[in-house]
Amino acid sequence: MEKQEMNRRHFLKVMGGGAVASSAALYGCGSKSEPGAASKALGEVPTDKMTHRKNPRTGDVVSLLGYGCMRWPMIKGEGGKDVIDQETVNRLVDYAIEHGVNYFDTAPVYLQGMSETATGIALSRHPRDSYFLATKLSNQRNYTRENSLAMYRQSLKSLQTDYLDYYLMHSIGGGSGIQLFEDRYINNGVLDFLLKEREAGRIRNLGWSFHGDVKVFDHVLNMGIPWDFVQIQLNYLDWKHATSRNVNAEYLYGELHKRNIPAIIMEPLLGGRLSNVPDHIVARLKQQRPENSVASWAFRFAGSPEGVLTVLSGMTYMEHLQDNLRTFSPLDPVTEEEKVFLQETADLLAKYPTVPCNDCKYCMPCPYALDIPGILLHYNKCVNEGNVPKSTQDANYAEARRAYLVGYDRSVPKLRQADHCTGCNECSPHCPQGIDIPAELRRIDRFVEELKVNG
Amino acid sequence: MLRKIRIFAATVFFVLITLLFLDFTGTIHTWFGWMAKLQFWPAVLALNVGVVIGLVILTLLLGRVYCSVICPLGVLQDVISWVSGKRKKKKFRFSYSPAKSILRYVVLAVFVLACVAGVGSLVALLAPYSAYGRIASNLLAPLYQAGNNLLAHFAEQSDSYAFYRVDVFIKGIGTFVVALVSLVVIAVLAWRNGRTYCNTICPVGTILGLLSRFALLKPHIDLASCNGCGVCARKCKASCIDAKNHVIDYSRCVACMDCLDNCHQQAIRYGKPVGAVKCAPSTTPSAASKAEANKAADPSRRRALAATAVVALSSVAKAQQGKSLQDFVDMKKDGGLAPIKEREEPDRISPLTPPGSLSLKNLTQHCTGCQLCVSVCENHVLRPSGNLMTLMQPVMSYDRGYCRPECTKCSEVCPAGAIKPITKAEKSAIQIGHAVWVPDLCIVNTDGKSCGNCERHCPTKSIQMVPTNPDDPESLKIPVVNVETCIGCGACEHLCPARPHTAIYVQGHEAHRTI
Repeated sequence: MEKQEMNRRHFLKVMGGGAVASSAALYGCGSKSEPGAASKALGEVPTDKMTHRKNPRTGDVVSLLGYGCMRWPMIKGEGGKDVIDQETVNRLVDYAIEHGVNYFDTAPVYLQGMSETATGIALSRHPRDSYFLATKLSNQRNYTRENSLAMYRQSLKSLQTDYLDYYLMHSIGGGSGIQLFEDRYINNGVLDFLLKEREAGRIRNLGWSFHGDVKVFDHVLNMGIPWDFVQIQLNYLDWKHATSRNVNAEYLYGELHKRNIPAIIMEPLLGGRLSNVPDHIVARLKQQRPENSVASWAFRFAGSPEGVLTVLSGMTYMEHLQDNLRTFSPLDPVTEEEKVFLQETADLLAKYPTVPCNDCKYCMPCPYALDIPGILLHYNKCVNEGNVPKSTQDANYAEARRAYLVGYDRSVPKLRQADHCTGCNECSPHCPQGIDIPAELRRIDRFVEELKVNG
Repeated sequence: MLRKIRIFAATVFFVLITLLFLDFTGTIHTWFGWMAKLQFWPAVLALNVGVVIGLVILTLLLGRVYCSVICPLGVLQDVISWVSGKRKKKKFRFSYSPAKSILRYVVLAVFVLACVAGVGSLVALLAPYSAYGRIASNLLAPLYQAGNNLLAHFAEQSDSYAFYRVDVFIKGIGTFVVALVSLVVIAVLAWRNGRTYCNTICPVGTILGLLSRFALLKPHIDLASCNGCGVCARKCKASCIDAKNHVIDYSRCVACMDCLDNCHQQAIRYGKPVGAVKCAPSTTPSAASKAEANKAADPSRRRALAATAVVALSSVAKAQQGKSLQDFVDMKKDGGLAPIKEREEPDRISPLTPPGSLSLKNLTQHCTGCQLCVSVCENHVLRPSGNLMTLMQPVMSYDRGYCRPECTKCSEVCPAGAIKPITKAEKSAIQIGHAVWVPDLCIVNTDGKSCGNCERHCPTKSIQMVPTNPDDPESLKIPVVNVETCIGCGACEHLCPARPHTAIYVQGHEAHRTI
């Protein structure tokens, strides 16, 4: 739903950009404009202009735009079951590689456990040395040594390879913090095993991804192990406005940079939240760079720091991919003025009472069949569009009420809506953003009930 | 001219009454809800004296214009018959036939007896407005809703909220089958012989026919101008003009005025008859037996329909999913939606009837089974009953929603006084049942998790959560219901996470109480 939304928005933006460009060509300084300038905004996506960064440890030359494989397009398969649209994945992967992307990041748990296989199928059609492959040890549920090693071996099999370029301990910092980290990787000897695999060359770079407790971040950084890279959440909102128990990216990046550890960036766009922004923010950003998408600001911000190895983007649609390729081919780093401008934008965004859900679906499936991200994203959409009335006296109450309720039923089937939450809290521990999901669902449920009663 | 006026008025009534059954937004009801209340039998059951007297006077003045204009089933037959008459060589396809009085009065007697005995299903089967209501709500409404959903789909594409999706589903298989059979029988009769149903089966037609004999104004043949061509009889869909004898059977004439417009000699006039007009004698039940023969075709069709429905339902069954390699590694896979088990209706001792219906007795006595309340129930609570005695009368089910506090629609639309009008304030104090907790099914006991969703959503705050162990306030909490303040709205039952049977359900009360 939200992705479609983004998609259309993006389309409109591109169209708008095109219109601006063509009118500039028509009425602007005609003498300066070169032939064909009118179509510049929608010109060919460059194939040979990708910005690259060099990994100081292994010398890998990595494209600054990396492909996140958590959001592959899904279609309905046999019996109405969700399956990955493999044909489209192949096309996206081919197009990405053709245009200079050489880093692909997946995990065993992504997309109901189907991402690795699909990614493996698409990539195995290309020479193994033409791309870098990253996956993770997602042993959150069962961290016995046996199960962890089985998961690692399974990843090699699913990805149809005998070595991994980048291997991550997946999402450390959650749950009980340091204790959970020790249980997952130290006490069971898994980290020792991984270090041996690195020596053996089957893991070329060993690192970890981080969400949550800053103590874990500091602890693991200072363990005395030479990490090849660390994956952090970085974007212009999280730079200084990290939500819940997440840590400001300014600190995370600073610590890595100090130690000369390459940073890999996740959530540069917050699952689309930095693209799907209120209209006045769209206007503010487009005013500065009318030909560039709203999303491009977030990517330019994330890619600008020199210690960043690659910026991961989960590109579901070809249009996302093309837009990002334009942004990174080559990257036009943000200037100091633009950084200030983006911080001001972040301050404005932080005032919106959106739920910091990035639609990663780690909370799913809900045992009581709710569609948690669906509920939260609909709420966010309505916040951004001004359809969350504060009282029945609001001038647009009737329209906002209709938009909220009609849109709610469209986005989430009735039996999967917030009023069915039992509060079992199975979900919250999985949320990398630390959202208190049952509390948010109850708040939204109460709000919806108010809307329904006050027709 | 009179014919054109009749056609115009009938079209207006027919379209708007049909829309009452189709419109789920309530807009049409606001303006034209009274049209349902004009229907004869619902008005009788509602003891709506004003409407009944009005219709009696109307019939005594103008004849059975009710049957030609107000009754949607009558107009439906006219539409079908009109289409039939468009075929070649079928322009003059009617002919006079004597009245089937015995059949008419027997059906009327059965109908009255059924009313007195409280066999609502038989009443609903015979009453014309009910028959039309179930046809419109079971057969036409799904098409209308599907059309709406198509528009909603396009609206969604363009980010407009002008149309919203509604659930299309068969609310009661029994009623659906009855509706389909009703339509087939009536369509066949109308296609072949026009108003056969109205003049042999319809109890309202028989009652009004008794009155219309004495109508002040009626069509009559001017013997001086008539050349005996018989066109009037061959254009009479009620088959009530005996052209040879220049006699019209006014008990069957529905005052459609077709004969007036078709008489080239202008020998038929509508007005006060000059001189004595004889009533036709009634004899031989031949056309009626034809009607019966058509009805006899039901069972096989019913079976065929049931079989189709079974096939359709079973196709929904889930497909087996293949085991992937990753299944051997234990992990929490991200994403996906848990399946939802279909709800099963709890075993209620007394059925739940909507607030305003006063009691089960009141509902069964007054309801004509027209499906209007079922059509307008936006929370999908009301369904036609499948019980043989109360077939097609509304009962409540909380599997798709519950009886929400802000809605009083069924009480507003009921034309028969089966559901009396109530305000939202009144509704909040009408106890139609009370909630019952089933310990073995509650997720506190099945999943070892506290939930409290019933308590959170109880509009009357009649549920409290108490610790299972009185000595340990931190122990898992279970719901306790205050049956004195519970109104039986079903919020708890609908929102209970236990499936397919809920851990809390509403037990219906035979007579509603005000708390």
